[in-house]
Amino acid sequence: MAKDSQAEAFVRFNRVQKSYDGETLVVKDLNLEIPKGEFLTMLGPSGSGKTTCLMMLAGFETATHGDIMLNGVSINNIPPHKRGIGMVFQNYALFPHMTVAENLSFPLEVRKLEKSVREEKVARALDMVEMGGFKGRRPAQLSGGQQQRIALARALVFEPELVLMDEPLGALDKQLREKMQFEITALAHRLGITVVYVTHDQTEALTMSDRVAVFNDGRIQQLATPDQLYEEPENSFVAQFIGENNTLNGVVKELKSGIATVKLDSGDIIDCKPVNVSEVGERTQVSIRPERVELNKSKLPKKAHTLTAEVLEFIYMGDTFRTRLKVAGNEDFIVKTRNSSNQVRLTPGENVEIGWSPECCRALDA
Amino acid sequence: MVNSSPNSILLSADGTPLKKSLSRSLRQQKIRALLLISPLLIFILVAFIMPIVSMLSRSVENDLVSQTLPATVSAIQSWDALSGELPDELVYKAFAQDIQNAAKAKVHTKVALRLNYEKSGIASLFKKTARKAKKWDIETDGPFKEKLIKVHKGWGEVEVWQTIKTHSPRYTSGYFLNAVDMRKTVEGADFQPEDKTILIKLFQRTLIMSLIITFSCILLGYPVAWLLANLPMRQANLLMILVLLPFWTSLLVRTSAWKVMLQQQGVINDILVQLSLVSDDARLIMINNEIGTIVAMTHILLPFMILPMYSVMQTIPPSYLRAAKSLGATNWTAFWRVYFPQSIPGIGAGSILVFILAIGYYITPEIVGGTKGVFISNRIAYHILKSLNWGLAAALGTILLVAVLILYWTYDKIVGIDNVKLGG
Repeated sequence: MAKDSQAEAFVRFNRVQKSYDGETLVVKDLNLEIPKGEFLTMLGPSGSGKTTCLMMLAGFETATHGDIMLNGVSINNIPPHKRGIGMVFQNYALFPHMTVAENLSFPLEVRKLEKSVREEKVARALDMVEMGGFKGRRPAQLSGGQQQRIALARALVFEPELVLMDEPLGALDKQLREKMQFEITALAHRLGITVVYVTHDQTEALTMSDRVAVFNDGRIQQLATPDQLYEEPENSFVAQFIGENNTLNGVVKELKSGIATVKLDSGDIIDCKPVNVSEVGERTQVSIRPERVELNKSKLPKKAHTLTAEVLEFIYMGDTFRTRLKVAGNEDFIVKTRNSSNQVRLTPGENVEIGWSPECCRALDA
Repeated sequence: MVNSSPNSILLSADGTPLKKSLSRSLRQQKIRALLLISPLLIFILVAFIMPIVSMLSRSVENDLVSQTLPATVSAIQSWDALSGELPDELVYKAFAQDIQNAAKAKVHTKVALRLNYEKSGIASLFKKTARKAKKWDIETDGPFKEKLIKVHKGWGEVEVWQTIKTHSPRYTSGYFLNAVDMRKTVEGADFQPEDKTILIKLFQRTLIMSLIITFSCILLGYPVAWLLANLPMRQANLLMILVLLPFWTSLLVRTSAWKVMLQQQGVINDILVQLSLVSDDARLIMINNEIGTIVAMTHILLPFMILPMYSVMQTIPPSYLRAAKSLGATNWTAFWRVYFPQSIPGIGAGSILVFILAIGYYITPEIVGGTKGVFISNRIAYHILKSLNWGLAAALGTILLVAVLILYWTYDKIVGIDNVKLGG
């Protein structure tokens, strides 16, 4: 069984550690398996170790401890140019003194392919990113989006099975970024390549990936599909980092049949789903998504606890309403409601009863 | 009707044409800027541009002969210098008059020296004649032909008169011809005799050695610049201090240090002898020749190569090399195909700087060059300080300046001067 899973994993980080100065670990005990054809995103704030992991995979950094396996073979001692991994860099790193065609031809030339083969592959790669007419241009004559496409084509032209992308869309404006997100995922799935994608933009991670590894402090905090990550965060870091989130602090009073009763610091009692708490008396951070808060008491399950809240601000956002409330001492409690015909619009100063079903409210580590 | 038609002139708020009010507001800025730089501008004009212009004009100016010997110059025009015969009495009489005036005004030595550059021996001829001529009465003491020849038999030589005639015009190409080992004769331009050709050889040597120095600087400087651009900040700063350290010592001291290092009883020879790589009676001669000049000047000019290269390399992001390697290039290919082409502007800037500095270098070749390792600039200094032939010095300097400008122009045509970067 163990052997099977090893064969299945195309890329495998096995107890990888990395330290630059010999004093602090940038990457602490990383274990990660990526099957063939998967689009995996490493997401995390800057300094969380995600780029270091990518650089170790590419071969530009060496692991201080542990093994990185590609296709079942340890690549620790293989230099970057022999790994055959395509890479798209943050600022594209298109060679400014070469034309687009020369840039694309470069990986084929160093592989000593014949000229006719090279030209055919370059043309095909350019067509793939819809840049067929730009062969003779220099990178400086292209817009950011066009450079991005060329960088992508260059990373794919020598047909690598694994492609790494280091925040490739960071320099583009929002609209273009969304377009490219779609194009990159479509291309990756069509070609069946494995992609390891690094970003600090959670929307990008959620929309593009098959699975997301959330990095913080040199560790993977959670590795899951985008929907699991959003709906079932396993710890308060992930809950805070992915999407919008309301938090309330308190102490666990009771743990019984999948329900944790939490006494908030304000004295209120609420019911939660215990995720990261194991014993009574433990401090906990309770997390509730703004769209899961119910303002209509009749829609709540029976026996659900409710809290009194004071409306501080009402923001009209078109398709949704954002209401900022003061709940149990927290003045940044956000409620998001859909702009439907019968939706109530709250006015500041008003007091309302709010509640939620216990499974939407997760008791996490403090 | 508010500026709607495309032909109407745009007006500013108060009704004056927009262009006019713009240029007025810009003019004030320009005047202020000009005032700020005016002290420097005036200084450069007075202390740099004007001396250069006056020096350069000396390379063609030749009014000494016509000013000191005006009568002779006008009389000698009718004499056919190629006839092989001596000029007639009129010329001799005019000369006697001129030399007497010159002797009284004590300016005859200047013109004697000037003509002596062209034909050696004339100086003593003039001085002797001038002494005698002071006592002559021009109206009655003739005929002067015999008299002058009696004073010095040189006045009976056609060549002396040819020399005076050749160099009588106010402007002359003589200095430039001299500068390229030719001379001006009555028949026109002619090559100097074999034993007097030295300047062409010096020009060639200056060019070749400057090229060698430039290439040595590239070879030695490139790895240092690369290290500077790629080391972590702290180590790079330390290295930068080491690169700049030579600037804190006097040029003279550094050059003299090379004398200590390179001489036959010097440090390097001693070490080689002790290691038995060189036998004691065959110590290498590394000073007072080309080797000495090349070694010392490469060392002195190296920072001028490293700094521009460094500032260009600093702007090349390391991601280019990484990209090349991820695309399958070996370290060497990545360097040669990706990094090196982008560092060429730095090499270009450094090379121009070093080459232009080298071609006009004076102190170092003077100290360590001996006779085989001196440059054209040492010859210029010799003519300015010792032989006092400023015209020739000016001509040599002009040729040097033009050579540099031509090289600069060629470089611009081939590489493009826009590709030269001293930073950013």
